Amino acid sequence: MELRGENLSFRYGSKNWIIKDLNITMKNNEIKGLIGDSGSGKSTLCKILAGYENNFEGSVTLAGLPLPKKGFNPVQLIFQHPEKTMNPKWRMKDSLYESWDVTDDLIEKFGIQRSWLNRWPNELSGGELQRFSVLRALSPRTKFLIADEITTMLDAVTQVQIWDLVTTIAREQNIGILVVSHDKELVNRICDDVVYLSDINNN
Amino acid sequence: MIRKREVKNVSEEILNVSNISISFLQYTRGLRQNLLKVITDLTLNISSGEVIAVLGSSGSGKSLLAHAILGILPKNAQLSGEIKYKGEILDQKRKEELRGKEIALIPQSVNFLDPLMKVSDQVIGEVEDEEDKKRKKAHQREVFEKYGLSEEVDDLYPFQLSGGMARKVLVSTALLTNPKLVIADEPTPGLDDKAIEETLSHIRKMADDGVGVLLITHDINAALKVADKVAIFYSGYVIEIANVGDFSGDGERLKHPYTHALYNALPQNGFKLYKGHQPLHGEIPVGCVFNSRCPHPTESCVMVNPDLMEIGGTYVRCNKYQQSNLYG
Repeated sequence: MELRGENLSFRYGSKNWIIKDLNITMKNNEIKGLIGDSGSGKSTLCKILAGYENNFEGSVTLAGLPLPKKGFNPVQLIFQHPEKTMNPKWRMKDSLYESWDVTDDLIEKFGIQRSWLNRWPNELSGGELQRFSVLRALSPRTKFLIADEITTMLDAVTQVQIWDLVTTIAREQNIGILVVSHDKELVNRICDDVVYLSDINNN
Repeated sequence: MIRKREVKNVSEEILNVSNISISFLQYTRGLRQNLLKVITDLTLNISSGEVIAVLGSSGSGKSLLAHAILGILPKNAQLSGEIKYKGEILDQKRKEELRGKEIALIPQSVNFLDPLMKVSDQVIGEVEDEEDKKRKKAHQREVFEKYGLSEEVDDLYPFQLSGGMARKVLVSTALLTNPKLVIADEPTPGLDDKAIEETLSHIRKMADDGVGVLLITHDINAALKVADKVAIFYSGYVIEIANVGDFSGDGERLKHPYTHALYNALPQNGFKLYKGHQPLHGEIPVGCVFNSRCPHPTESCVMVNPDLMEIGGTYVRCNKYQQSNLYG
């Protein structure tokens, strides 16, 4: 299965193009790294690929079809700041189970303590919250993960833990991952292939 | 690597933080209250010309240290322990006198600037009369010039600044009042390599000019590039204060097992998996906070919480060293 972005262009109003005629293809058995400087359009590309941004030119297709407009989105986007993505008025278990019937086995594998499920988001640290965001996104229906700097704010120990889990499960379930990062060393560690945004962006 | 220049003057101790703890009074249900301890025991000191990094994961409460020194903790926070500035105790009144003058903050982002004021005007701040304004303006220009900010920048609004320029504005603003102590709170996240390099070199330059710098960060690479010493913050405790040079080779000179794990987890050093998580605020165990994850726990570690002890200029909080110290 392929996730394909073709001739993608995006700008705010009539300002300069942020991305222009960009092409990117991912396979669902592949972990691909995307490196770019800040302001180079990384996050914009992520939003377009995951169907969060509609005001762009070009096309995004999954297995040849456009992304579904409603229902579960098989392309899941994970953000850099989990504390900004969790509903502050929901307990962690509500945020977690909203997505899918997460198995106890996976909860344990992710090192999520039972007591955390009853906590509010503001009581957990970034690393703990990010475990929830990742697990939420790993539904059996997910085909691609777009990981936008998901471990940038975490300590090195937690960073390894998260990537170890995500890559293992992705390989088991044939989920393709786009690892967006500014950290070349990290991308070289976990990805099969690396692309530089400056090489594929024609703006 | 940003190299350290020789410091000309003899360094003096600027800041001494000993055994501070910070708790928050929270309402749990109805009128029931709960005291949540976020920092349990934080100890460190900074001398002039020195960059000390406090390294901890995000959400661990390390920014509270900055707020405690500046006296801007929220009302429901309780601070205990001692903070000394140049040997004298820093109480709330003294903090208010010193902050923005001898003690300056480099905030996390441009969001700390007033979006409706031109850069130069807000950086200068209050003026008494035209004469005073002229003097302050000239000084501001001088400092801005030093950091490569041209005259055009003075008349820009914050939203017109690029990320790199904004960084320079924040750094030079902190230096306007010739501070003795600068606190940089997470100055690097969201920046690309070049901007990070630049920010760090500014921080190093300040220290080389004799300022004491407290760098609060979760970015170990940034800390290692610029700091002289690194204090590792774990579950509300400083568990080790190591020299930057100790983070080399296989990390064999690092003393605490967590620091070791942190160093070896870096993508460039093996990306080694280390299991477990830091205990949550409010779930901190009785004995050593690292006990459940430690590769060499002893019986006493379950019950005895070790103190931070000095070993040849570096510090570690671990029963292993306390015992070897006791029994030779």
